[in-house]
Amino acid sequence: MAFYEQQQRILSPAKAGYMALTLVLALLFNLLPWRNVVGLPDMVALVLTFWCVHQPRKIGIGIAWFVGLVMDAGNGALLGQHAFAYAFLAFAAVSLHRRILWFSAWRQAAHVLVLLLASQLLMLAVRLVAGAAFPGLTYFAGSFVAAALWPTASFLLLLPQRRPAGMDENRSI
Amino acid sequence: MDYQPPPFFSRGPAPLVRLGFFACLAILLMVLDARFRYAESLRQVVALLAYPLQRAALAPAELFGAAGGFFTTQVSLKQENEQLKAKQLLAANDLLTVDALRAENAQLRRLLEARERLPRPSTLAEILYRGRDPFSRKVIIDKGSRQGIRSGQAVIDDIGVVGQVTRVYPLLSEVTLITDKEQRTPVQVLRNGLRAVIYGGGERGTLDLSYTAANADVLADDVLVTSGIDGTYPAGLPVAKVSRIERDAAYSFAKITCVPTAGTDQNRQVLVLSQEMNIPPAPTETESVAGKLPKQKRAKKRE
Repeated sequence: MAFYEQQQRILSPAKAGYMALTLVLALLFNLLPWRNVVGLPDMVALVLTFWCVHQPRKIGIGIAWFVGLVMDAGNGALLGQHAFAYAFLAFAAVSLHRRILWFSAWRQAAHVLVLLLASQLLMLAVRLVAGAAFPGLTYFAGSFVAAALWPTASFLLLLPQRRPAGMDENRSI
Repeated sequence: MDYQPPPFFSRGPAPLVRLGFFACLAILLMVLDARFRYAESLRQVVALLAYPLQRAALAPAELFGAAGGFFTTQVSLKQENEQLKAKQLLAANDLLTVDALRAENAQLRRLLEARERLPRPSTLAEILYRGRDPFSRKVIIDKGSRQGIRSGQAVIDDIGVVGQVTRVYPLLSEVTLITDKEQRTPVQVLRNGLRAVIYGGGERGTLDLSYTAANADVLADDVLVTSGIDGTYPAGLPVAKVSRIERDAAYSFAKITCVPTAGTDQNRQVLVLSQEMNIPPAPTETESVAGKLPKQKRAKKRE
């Protein structure tokens, strides 16, 4: 097995504005009026994990916590529940980012699945302590769907960085 | 000599320290929100941030609904029309007698010197979507504080009680269904007037008539209606039907499971009832306070 399973490309630096835009779009997806869809992926968690893995110096636990707070207010959930889970998710992703990037997309997805499930478990624990009823095992289906979306999501989210910096006719890439 | 790394290496506090800080902050918020309800003002502020996103997220659904309505087939419209006509015929009989009954009822109430219940103003609202929080049973309706919706109002559909408004946003509000685990509704057995409190059963979509004595006169298929003594729900609205009763000699309470009458999971249109205005003021506690006063004085002296 090669050290790098995938071909490495030199990427142009990520723009903060683009990262913010993807996060807002993910929030928009999460706030769409879904009607009892089983296995709805938590896009905000997925995008947060992606940026924490790829740009750990630009995004981190603080931003994840705040985005979680917006999720709580928008969803009418217990205030601080998503903030707690996302802060943990960002911490785990930042700590593991060097390891995760060594693997191919599907193996990265396996890592991400564990992280997402752990953050969901945290939320479940918090809500059970607060006195809610167990929502059933389908609650965890969303994480599996989100992890399955990881290769596609990372391809799409990296697209702007794959663009050549200058439009030059003589460039080879 | 002190060794200082160059400034471009500095990355702020360690991730673990940051996690600790933000986790503590989150736990503090959760405790404030769950136990003391102090976090509502902060929620309103953050909700303002989420509000444009919520509006934007609703736009495609509205567009989809409008397009769907436009392409409704003539057949389904015709069928619905026939159904409604049949329903109206059935209702006409009741309607003809209702005026007489109302007059008679008013007279009887006056005779009983009962407080006359005014018909409450109500707002028609549409359920937009089910709340995304999988731990509670809530729905979001399309009317908010700008349309006069207030927290605590009762929500009904054409056959019974659906729930209660628990949180109000400017253009949306959140309704907790009667089947939510945290929701309680004061009820009365229609057959014999036995009062009880019904508890939501959570994900099962049923209700539990908890803390009813094992020998209480409740039978299967009994209809439970709101008792109205809480001042929130008008009296006599159907809430649930008793589906199963387990009486175990080992326990002093019977385990009574009920099925909600209203389509808590099906309907789109609901009616939000405004709070009853003519509730008598809560009794002042002057008598009890007078009784306790000497004791308090004594306690103060001891201090």
